[in-house]
Amino acid sequence: MPPKALSRLPYDPHTRIHMPTMIESPLSRLSAEQIEELGKEVETIHDEVFGDLGDRDRRYITSMIEMHRRLVVLGRVILFASRYKPAWIAGTSMLSLAKILENMEIGHNVMHGQWDWMNDPQINSSTWDWDSASTAEAWKHSHNFIHHTFTNIRGKDRDLGYEIMRIDPHQKWNPVYLLQPFYNLVLAALFEWGVASHDLDFEAIKKGEKSKQAIRRELRGMARKARQQITKDYIVFPLLSGLISTLVELAIAATPLRAPAADKPKPRAGRMVKRVWRKAKPTRSSDRGQILRQLIERRSFREPFRTTLTADVTANLVRNVWAYMIIFCGHFPDQTYTFSQEETENETRGGMYIRQLLGAANIEGGPAFHVLSGNLGYQVEHHLYPDMPSTRYAEIAPRVRELCERYELPYNTGPFFKQFGMVQRTILRLALPGGKPRPKPGPYHDSATAGGGVGVDPLSLTP
Amino acid sequence: MAERGARPKVPQWRLRTLRALRYVFTPLLPDDYLELINPLWSTQELRGRIERVERETPDAATIVIKPGWEWEGHEPGQYLRIGMPVDGVHHWRAYSLTSDPGRSDGCLSITPKLVDTGKVSPYLVRRAQPGAIVRLGGVEGTFVLPESLPDEFLFISAGSGITPIMSMLRALARRDALSDVVLLHSARTAEDVIFGAELRQLAQRHQGFRLHEQLTHEMGRMGPEDLQTLCPDWREREAFISGPAAMLDALTEHWERDGDRDRLHTERFQPIIGSEPSEHGEGGTIRFSVSEIEAHGDGATPILVAGEEAGATLPFGCRMGICHTCVGELCSGRVRDLRTGKVGGQDGEMIRTCIHAAEGPVEIAL
Repeated sequence: MPPKALSRLPYDPHTRIHMPTMIESPLSRLSAEQIEELGKEVETIHDEVFGDLGDRDRRYITSMIEMHRRLVVLGRVILFASRYKPAWIAGTSMLSLAKILENMEIGHNVMHGQWDWMNDPQINSSTWDWDSASTAEAWKHSHNFIHHTFTNIRGKDRDLGYEIMRIDPHQKWNPVYLLQPFYNLVLAALFEWGVASHDLDFEAIKKGEKSKQAIRRELRGMARKARQQITKDYIVFPLLSGLISTLVELAIAATPLRAPAADKPKPRAGRMVKRVWRKAKPTRSSDRGQILRQLIERRSFREPFRTTLTADVTANLVRNVWAYMIIFCGHFPDQTYTFSQEETENETRGGMYIRQLLGAANIEGGPAFHVLSGNLGYQVEHHLYPDMPSTRYAEIAPRVRELCERYELPYNTGPFFKQFGMVQRTILRLALPGGKPRPKPGPYHDSATAGGGVGVDPLSLTP
Repeated sequence: MAERGARPKVPQWRLRTLRALRYVFTPLLPDDYLELINPLWSTQELRGRIERVERETPDAATIVIKPGWEWEGHEPGQYLRIGMPVDGVHHWRAYSLTSDPGRSDGCLSITPKLVDTGKVSPYLVRRAQPGAIVRLGGVEGTFVLPESLPDEFLFISAGSGITPIMSMLRALARRDALSDVVLLHSARTAEDVIFGAELRQLAQRHQGFRLHEQLTHEMGRMGPEDLQTLCPDWREREAFISGPAAMLDALTEHWERDGDRDRLHTERFQPIIGSEPSEHGEGGTIRFSVSEIEAHGDGATPILVAGEEAGATLPFGCRMGICHTCVGELCSGRVRDLRTGKVGGQDGEMIRTCIHAAEGPVEIAL
């Protein structure tokens, strides 16, 4: 690795002669043999876990999928009564929770191939589709391939700022970035649509790297997915709520107030329907617009339609903002390193693992937090082992930390709001020109053994 | 895509209703939710529920399965692909159907014999419980009763080779066609005869059914030379043979030399598996069934690279086993994981072509 040899030279922060980057990567401290050794150790953990996968793991993912589906059914049914506030709140919460689980712990991880080892025809990366605007095919390309292969390599990892944000001081400033604090918020709200259009890769289209045929196919896939998502959330379910409560209201209105006398025949279902029909007074003309207009005039239709629509919009918004928060904490907190293309030109397997380790940041949290974030709070472990079932990340985290300690590498982690706060600070700061890489933590020391916290790397640049 | 069950025979109205409802459930299917109530209701693939597990011998059991949808039937003697998770991983195997296709309760059965080093048979024989759900794949096999029944039958079997023959005997018994049938069956001891009690009962009840049990522990193995004494008119009979490869080879040769080869039907119920791998893989021909391209890969070249060199356009991504873009369904053959050197792969498994090399002839659906 030529850049490594260069970076062994004493570093002069003023001339920046020897460094192609603004900050020295800990990679340069390790010898080629150490890097290879570390790569082998990383792979040993992988193989041990994969040798141990079994019933327990299968039970976890199948019950997670089952829970998601039950939540969806329950939430949607409760939302049929969304015109009543408590039902709206309960239904919307359930639907939001369901969408979060489906995107984070299920969809993202299944499409990574984390569960392909089960050889299950249904829970498989090649057949899975998720409740999000991006098509599975496009997302697997832009995320699994581009992002996970070229993680944090400037100019190659399109997830570094998602091509619209300046998230690293190495990125050239441009006046558009002045608007970054604003469209950052828009992106959070519309995250699924942002991801879907990001998958298209405008850069590649501009450069003519994509064939017309490929672009057309992807656009058609996107349009299909968008149509299906919009129809389901914003048309079909509001419509169902409206129709159900109109029918319920008509049925109540058509029920005779007095109980039928004992000698009278009980009202039959057919008669009941007839009475409801008469009450509804549909026009005899075949004019469908007329029926629709009558429906819209009815409060019993209009109101539930509107409240279910707002419930669905809210659930999607909650899911979008949550996914945005978790995903932005993955690579953009201060402790993470980015890499130049020269640095990674002749990267070995071991070097690749170290890049993944340095480029990702974890979030601390309890078990529920980790499930809701699809275990992306273990971003470091996820980037070392993207195909490992997410539930195993928590189990191997201590071993990864121990590895970091032994090789004197940082293990990036922090509480949620600290990580998220740092990301937001960077977005605001880098909207303006200039900026320097933030100080990086030094090698990880397990507080249990070393008694000390995370120190500051004397090699790193401090502002 | 990993192997699925067969398409079930579902009423049209039901399919149309589910299709109309799909906008409510997208990106999932109505079936995905119906499965929560009853996994047998899936219209995507045929599944079955294990109703009973009947012990046949110390190391064989009959698994009686109720299919979720109407059983389309099979010909006696055919085998069924059946899939189930064992220790979290979905495995598919083929077992001879031992049930009569005309069973009145609509159930079907298989009778696996324990293979100690196996994965699926220990599960089915030792651990399977009534209520477990299995996937039912296609019915295959040409070892079947002829359409117009011959007058005289000779069945020869050994060990679990009896399984396809049992389905035939049961069908013949139901059709009252056991008029001139001889069965020569080999097993170690009387206790090891699968379906022993039923076979003896059949022999008692049907004048035309003659059973000879060759108990090899006391009597030694039966060879072609014994045929003359055990069934002197073997040349005149339509013969069905099922058992280990050595027995089949010897008997086939015998028929070719002394009898009428056209009257001999055989079933090699043990698949032909290549020899165990040596230290380094030797590679093999790789057939890409979708691209219709054949390539040769040595033991160290990823299937992906071998295919590309032969001119196939294949999906690829990271080329290091991370992104799963390059996966293709393994139709047949075995592959070597280039990272671990481990040889594996079963039919229908999704494999990453960028990190696997061919281990013998391989067919892949790409």
